[in-house]
This record gives sequence, structure tokens and C-alpha cells, in this order.
Amino acid sequence: MSSDYPGNPGYDVHALSGAYAVDALDDLERAAFERHLAECPECRAEVASLREAAGTLAETTAVEPPAALRDRVLAGIATTRPLPPEAPAPVSLASRRPRRRVNLLVAAAAAVLAVGGGAVLWQQPWQESSQAPSAVEAVLSAADAKRSSLDFDGGARATLVHSDSVGRAVLVTEKMPPPPPGKVYQVWLDQPGKGMVSAGLMPVREDQRVLLAGDAATATAAGITVEPEGGSDKPTSDPIALFDFGRKA
Amino acid sequence: MDHIRPVGAGAPSPEEGAPGAGPEPSDLAELLRLSARGDEQAFARLYDATAARVFGLAVRVVRDPAQAEEVTQEAFLEIWRTASRFAPDKGSPLGWLLTITHRKAVDRVRSAEAATRRDATYHEQNQPVEHDSTAEAAHASLEAHRVRGALAALTEVQREAVGLAYLGGYTHTEVATMLDLPVGTAKTRIRDGLIRLRDAMGVGS
Repeated sequence: MSSDYPGNPGYDVHALSGAYAVDALDDLERAAFERHLAECPECRAEVASLREAAGTLAETTAVEPPAALRDRVLAGIATTRPLPPEAPAPVSLASRRPRRRVNLLVAAAAAVLAVGGGAVLWQQPWQESSQAPSAVEAVLSAADAKRSSLDFDGGARATLVHSDSVGRAVLVTEKMPPPPPGKVYQVWLDQPGKGMVSAGLMPVREDQRVLLAGDAATATAAGITVEPEGGSDKPTSDPIALFDFGRKA
Repeated sequence: MDHIRPVGAGAPSPEEGAPGAGPEPSDLAELLRLSARGDEQAFARLYDATAARVFGLAVRVVRDPAQAEEVTQEAFLEIWRTASRFAPDKGSPLGWLLTITHRKAVDRVRSAEAATRRDATYHEQNQPVEHDSTAEAAHASLEAHRVRGALAALTEVQREAVGLAYLGGYTHTEVATMLDLPVGTAKTRIRDGLIRLRDAMGVGS
């Protein structure tokens, strides 16, 4: 995709605000831009204003929907619980030092994995990171791909694969039970000087491959926590899994 | 444009109650606030005030009316579930609804394309280049009239780039190919076009 791509010299992430506002970025670019958005208030404000502008175009395409659709929508919401307002997130994991080894907090994991339930995942539009097959494949097939796996009680397994050359990490899960009702699994990258930075929310599926948002080449560890639906800005609970990347402290 | 029908023919009418003329934005915010508490009647009013724009956008992006209905249903369900997360200081209620809708519509076309591209090259898929015009669909509301006027502030290439990206659901890289622009310049045209549209409409800033 030419030199104008994340990670290459001369790449200006700032200029993507318009394409991002109209969902015109591919998955890699979107992940890069969302990382940038998290630390750029100017871009957040610009994206918000450009989304407003784009939304005015819907005035020119308005079409009355079939009456039956109204019935279906209203029937659907009648059986769906609205989410509570987002609670302010206390910081507990942010300042934690990365651990040297793959680590599993058994108590927390047991509590999580024992609870079933069919929570439905909600993600803000800008938090969604549907996986780019190409980037996932690039990580999994990279010559320098490093893997570490964790087995949970009940047969679930999580494998974290990261590649410094690709600069991304992929979480592969098998037989993963759904999070407790009202909760989601959120993945994090531990970035030097910043602590745990959100790498996205995990879709609720037993077996999946999740491309983590963020630069895995600079990260020292990856973690999974259980967060309130919608996710948190910082981890609010101890990780159920921590994968150390084995870099020197 | 088979799926786009003009709604309400004739000249724009300044009267309330014209197609697409919903409540004032502050009313939408109030309806969202009530919806967040589980008020289904408020949500029904929110639906009535916005469904034409939500459904019309979904139809415009995904083209297939049956899929557009599914997208609309998904979007409204998410709006209901996440109404408490709407932040009035970050944008208008309608803008928020349309952001959710647009994302779902784009996800729909991209996943459909990912499924069909395995058997066809990217190039073949994109041979019939369709230059969407943002002004081609007719909707006789004052607001639509204003938007069309504002689009005149954009250069032709900006207008085409914004239209292909937002109403066509294409990535900026695809837009560049469709408009014979160097890769990397389409995103600039999209951004510049949106900024002009924003300033001409006086929204969001």
C-alpha cells in the first residue's frame, strides 16, 4: 500500500481525521488512528465536528422505512436492557510493573470463567476493531512471531502472539466462556511510560483471533481484564491473564 | 438509484410536519435521555423522528433494502442499549445516531465484500466505477435543500470523494482508485471537503 502507511516514514496520522470520521479507513489505519485519537484532543474534536458534517448528508437520502420495521425495532428493544451510564474508572493496574512471566491470577480467572451468561458486547464506533485478516495473518506467520499460551480451568485457552517486525499482537482464544453479564473482556498493551493502554474489546465468541490495537513492538506485556460493558479507559480489575513479552526491564 | 425514492414531492415546505422535519435537536436529546431509563414510548418517538434518515442512509450505503432494514434494526437496538453513553457535549443526538448507523452499514458492505473477494480479484470487483453524486437523491425537506446548497462550497473532486466515502461506503484508498487520484490524496480531499461542508452548514464547531 505505498509508503503512505502506518509505520512508514512520512506517514501523517493526523491527516486521517476526515477519512476516519466517515469510516473510510482500513482496519490497520483505523487502529493506528484510534491510538492517535486517545492522545490527541484536537483530532477528537475535529472528528466529532466532521461526523456532524457528514451526518447532514443523510438529509439528502432520507427514505421512509416500511411500517413493519418499526414494529420489529420496538419489539427488539422491549426485550433489551439499556446500559447504565458509564462509571468513572478507578485506576488500579495502570502503574503496575509488567511481570517477568506469563501469569494467571487464578482466583480472578476462576470467578470469571465460572460465570456463564449471554452478555452482548457493545463497542463505541471508534473502539470497534474488526480484524484485518491480512494483519492477523502477518503476525501469525511472521518469522519473529513469539507465542505464549495460558490454559484456564474448563478447557479454555488463550494464546498471545506478537511480532516486533509487524509491530502488532494477536490474541487467539479457544473455548473461551462469555464474560459475566454486563461485563466484557478488554485487552491491554503495557507501554513503557504509559502503563496499560487499551488494545480493544474482545468480541464474545468462543474461538477467535483478535488483532490488538496499538504498537506491539514497543509494548512490554499484554493483559486481559474483565471490564464493565463498553470497556474502560484504564483497567479497573486485576488481569485474568498477563503475557510478558520477555523484554529486558 | 433504484432503491432511492423521493419522499414527499414538491417544493421544500417551511411548515413543521413536512417529511423529515423532526423535533428540535434538544427534543431528541431529551428522548435519548428518557430512552436510557427504559422509556419505550420515548424511544418510539425518537424512532419516528429519525427513522427516515437512518433507514435512508443505510439504504444508500448497502443498496439492498432488505439488508438496509437489518442494518437499521441493528443500529436502533444499539442506540437503545447505549443511549446512556450519548455525550451531548460531543455532538448532536442525530449525529450520534447516524454515526452508529453509518458504521453498521459500512461493516455490512465490507464483510459482504470480504466474503466475495476470495473468488474475484479486487480489480474485477471494482471495475464498474460508479461516481455517486451526493445530490442525486431527492428528499424535499428544507434541511436537504440547505445541505445541497452547502455542497456547492466543495470542489467537484471534494464532493465526489466525500460522497463515495460516506454515501458509497468506500475506503479512501478505493476512492483514490475510483477518482484516479494518487493514493494518499483522497483522504485529504475527504477531510477538506468535510471541513467545507461543516463550515457551510455551521455544524459541529
